[in-house]
Amino acid sequence: MIALRQGALEIRQFLRSREQVVFTMAFPVLMIVIFASIFDGEIGGGVRFTQYFVTGMIATGLMTAGFQALAIQIPIERDRGVLKRLRGTPMPPWVYFAGKVLMVAFIAVAETILLLVVATLLFDLELPSSGRLWLTFLWVAALGTTACTLCGIAFSSLARTGRSAPAVVTPVALVLQFISGVFFVFTSLPTWMQQVAAVFPLKWMCQGLRAVFLPGSFGAQEPGGSFELGTVALVLGAWCVLGLALCLTTFRWTTRRDG
Amino acid sequence: MSDAISVRGLRKAYGGTDAVSGVDLDVRPGEVFALLGPNGAGKTTTVEILEGYRRRDAGEVRVLGVDPAVGLSGGPAARAWRARIGVVLQGTGEFDELTVGEVVAHFARFYPGAEPAAAVIDRVGLGAKARARTHTLSGGQKRRLDVALGIIGRPELLFLDEPTTGFDPEARRDFWTLIRDLAAAGTTIVLTTHYLEEAEALADRVAVIAAGRVIAAGRPAELGGRADAAATVSWRTPGGGVERAESATPTALVAELASRYGGEVPGLTVTRPTLEDVYLRMIA
Repeated sequence: MIALRQGALEIRQFLRSREQVVFTMAFPVLMIVIFASIFDGEIGGGVRFTQYFVTGMIATGLMTAGFQALAIQIPIERDRGVLKRLRGTPMPPWVYFAGKVLMVAFIAVAETILLLVVATLLFDLELPSSGRLWLTFLWVAALGTTACTLCGIAFSSLARTGRSAPAVVTPVALVLQFISGVFFVFTSLPTWMQQVAAVFPLKWMCQGLRAVFLPGSFGAQEPGGSFELGTVALVLGAWCVLGLALCLTTFRWTTRRDG
Repeated sequence: MSDAISVRGLRKAYGGTDAVSGVDLDVRPGEVFALLGPNGAGKTTTVEILEGYRRRDAGEVRVLGVDPAVGLSGGPAARAWRARIGVVLQGTGEFDELTVGEVVAHFARFYPGAEPAAAVIDRVGLGAKARARTHTLSGGQKRRLDVALGIIGRPELLFLDEPTTGFDPEARRDFWTLIRDLAAAGTTIVLTTHYLEEAEALADRVAVIAAGRVIAAGRPAELGGRADAAATVSWRTPGGGVERAESATPTALVAELASRYGGEVPGLTVTRPTLEDVYLRMIA
């Protein structure tokens, strides 16, 4: 109950900071508009490029909401003493994390729906045709967002100050986007790059989403010869566990200066 | 009744340098206790150990009968203890986009026996600002919000770290009234401040920390032998100048002056050293 309240408070704070709402929501939409306009042809077999790139944009949106946003926002809150103040109350620590998770979930859902609506209306995106595919969509997105959120909270302890957080986080996110098949067809990347990307969650989120938005026959073109949904679940699950462990062991409520 | 706070031989070093080197303190239940000392003397370190924010290197510490190191755990024991204390830190972050009412009501949910949010907001004098976003508050109003969040849980013990920095004189007086009301209701208060007149106005007892140690402790009027110190008597001479004399027996001196002037002594003042005089001499 207290966690729901904390989540509602986080969401309310997000909705009231107008720039944040506009940029968070508009960014993936802007990207799909650019990509769908550049690559307006077919990827093969009567399937449009939009169908491929929308998976990368959804995955990027989820990673931005979970990983980047928290890894930047939490150090700022730490700097400003918000965390220290909460730490001085009887609030159970997990409530703070739960509030962030609910906020990320809210943003992720809103942003993904907006992206799908725009892509469907403007670029003839074909939505998943069966309940089974929607279910896959749901669990890949939920598991991927959870992994990114936990990693974002864990990563937030790395930046010394709120000011340095964007500099620490942005390159990591950008590199992952380039090597995970967000901006390019994944199999067109050098093999070593594919192998590096396979260690991190973003590649598997994209791949899981491709299983949803591309015809089943496209699975044969994946590096593993299929969409490997089992592996997707396994890797994303592993990152959830690792992220949670790091959150619980390394999270700092006060700045280093505070001791 | 046991002490609200008891500290024996508290030590804390950062990177080999002692910040606190053997502090002893006792704060009695219901008392207003002021900690004075120059910046870097170990005041904040001491208070943050008592508030459960920092580990100590050595010493016995009990806050409301509990080792405050429990506060670092975040577990059930920490929460039970935190529910009994209130902490007003220096310059803590606000929740910019929320209103005063929303923030206070939210914090009220963290405490088992919280006071109604509206009552606390009125009490700190923010009633007219309850619906204002916190980023629109002035510095003094933000500080009052900090205090509201510190007392919302009806704490037995309240820590106030430099609570009136940046207040105008009127706001400071209002704040003193609030603190006296809390103390009258039985709340134990530990206060750090740089304003000596604030310590004198509020505190039952003060302790001066310098170089990591308590160098003096006692009632403000008696600190550093202040009550027995020589008084300064000054008066105007017929020539228009001002004459001053230090005297251990100022009453006798005034009586003698009265007979010399045959009644009223022009421009007569009798002063003892202020708390500030005593304090500055101590830390010099």
